[in-house]
Amino acid sequence: MAMLEVRDLHVAFPKGKKTEVEALRGVDLTLEKGERLGVVGESGAGKSMLAFAILNLIAEPGRVSRGSVTFHGENLLDLSERDIRGIRGNRISMIFQDPMVTLNPVLTIGTQMMETLRAHRRISDAEARKLCIEGLKQVAIPSAESRMEAYPHELSGGLRQRVVIAIALLTDPELIIADEPTTALDVTIQAEIMALILKLCRENDVALILITHDLGVVAEVTEKLMIMYAGKCVETGPTRQIIDAPTHPYTSGLLKALPQNAGRGTRLYQIPGSMPPITALPTGCAYHPRCERATERCKAEIPQLDGRVACFHPLNTAEEVQ
Amino acid sequence: MTGPIVETKGLEVRFPLPTHFLSREKPMLHALNGVDVAIQPGESFCVVGESGCGKTTLGRAIMGLLEPSAGEIYFKGQRIDGMDETTRKPIRRDMQMVFQNPYASLNPRRNVFETLAEPIRHLMPEKSTSEVRQQVEDVLAATGCDPSWQRRLPHEFSGGQRQRIAIARALVTNPAFIVADEPISALDVSIQAQILNLLTDLQAERGLTYLFITHDLSVVEHFGSRVAVMYLGAMMELAEAETIFETPKHPYTRLLLDAIPKLEGGSFDKPRTPGELPDPVNPPPGCPFAPRCPMAEARCRSERPKLRTLDNGTQAACHFAE
Repeated sequence: MAMLEVRDLHVAFPKGKKTEVEALRGVDLTLEKGERLGVVGESGAGKSMLAFAILNLIAEPGRVSRGSVTFHGENLLDLSERDIRGIRGNRISMIFQDPMVTLNPVLTIGTQMMETLRAHRRISDAEARKLCIEGLKQVAIPSAESRMEAYPHELSGGLRQRVVIAIALLTDPELIIADEPTTALDVTIQAEIMALILKLCRENDVALILITHDLGVVAEVTEKLMIMYAGKCVETGPTRQIIDAPTHPYTSGLLKALPQNAGRGTRLYQIPGSMPPITALPTGCAYHPRCERATERCKAEIPQLDGRVACFHPLNTAEEVQ
Repeated sequence: MTGPIVETKGLEVRFPLPTHFLSREKPMLHALNGVDVAIQPGESFCVVGESGCGKTTLGRAIMGLLEPSAGEIYFKGQRIDGMDETTRKPIRRDMQMVFQNPYASLNPRRNVFETLAEPIRHLMPEKSTSEVRQQVEDVLAATGCDPSWQRRLPHEFSGGQRQRIAIARALVTNPAFIVADEPISALDVSIQAQILNLLTDLQAERGLTYLFITHDLSVVEHFGSRVAVMYLGAMMELAEAETIFETPKHPYTRLLLDAIPKLEGGSFDKPRTPGELPDPVNPPPGCPFAPRCPMAEARCRSERPKLRTLDNGTQAACHFAE
């Protein structure tokens, strides 16, 4: 049995008194121990919603309307709030986008780290302190002992995100969910932080769900990839395969639109239009109004994911190559 | 060949920092430290660097949105720094700006027509009502906006549509020079290509000159004609876009290029040493990049390298560049 299995996950929000709209429209994923999965999509595609739903953190008035999230055989959606706390922040850790928001500005780094650790472990102050300092050293924070007394505002953005990673790793999690962990940082700091996450995941055999909009970052860090569009997974598979030979027209469009894939001074390939809001989804395939391969069937029928791709007219398939 | 359309000589911008009222010290933040640029008509002059390097300050100083502490700024040969608003007015017509976040740069209570008519009414008071209307319609057509948008408010539009409106507003007075400060970084990947193509097309149709400020080197490689790399308020390297990507001369440029996540993957496999921008209030005495530089020697920590022209035409501020 896989470590994490998400089946047919739906998240719905009320619209008016009687109706609901779906932000997540049936997502499946499987993650083994130590595997690294990238989730890529535009804003509003449902990628953060997926992360929150996995941890049963969907805030009112939203709700998980269907589906299951099984972690080591246990459905997280059925657990009591008390029981899920033994998993959330402990066996599954999270790293969010903005470290200035994640860290408490009025507590020292040391206080926050020890608080996290002691919420999940029965250990003495001295032991907790020792583990926290080791944690800071693990993420290459210079003069770790003195940083324990520092407040978040005294650290730079890159160092703050290192502290957040150290906190995420304190409880020896099996899975880290990182939601756009480097979007608020500079490119050079992004490279440092992503290289660090990659190294730590490999060394400790930790699985990773990396949510990002950057295909370059997933290519560097993950082995599996999931492309999301309007609340659904449209393509999934090994990262390398998808980037080298995308089968969904949306994935292919995203890759072709990257400036590094175009000649200098030429026009870029562009996908027309923009992603529809979840309140105004078109009939059939949500991508069909922007798709150059769309036919009548795409307007009428919603394509289901057949292992790799959810499309009636995929590219780069065996038949097409012949 | 006429002269440059925009030129700065020894441009310095310093911001006073808050002090204790008894303190005699007057700490200054050096945002720009003697920057010389000469932007030629019709080119896309790109400025890249990390946050805090002074790239936005350079754009704002040229636009007259903040007053330089020292140095000179010329527009079409005429000195414009320190000019009073009345004399500057006809020049404002000729130079306009596009900002990063189209959610913040458009007045939410003003419909599109009012947003676009305002610069004409203010900067070209001689235009009649019907001329204003005509000019607004023309610019909407040129930027791919639908004429029916005129009576609608910004919240009715997506991010990409808003950025089109912001570009239309910059173009409505028919300027020759546009400062675009991170115009695509707030947009989704599939929309970025649309906006970059629009900027390329408009440049071809109208012979525009761009000062394009960005942190994203892959955009520069596609879009830029010349690239200036800035660090801590100073120019580190200035070269043709092609040259800088093929043969970067400054170690900082190499660090930036190395930090781009690659679709081929594999470049985040080795851990990176943390590097941080030095304190801009007390910059290091020698080369500002020396504390992070793998090549730094004693000389770099005492003597600030000057920008000098190398054999291949690149200008670099490094003692060891050749």
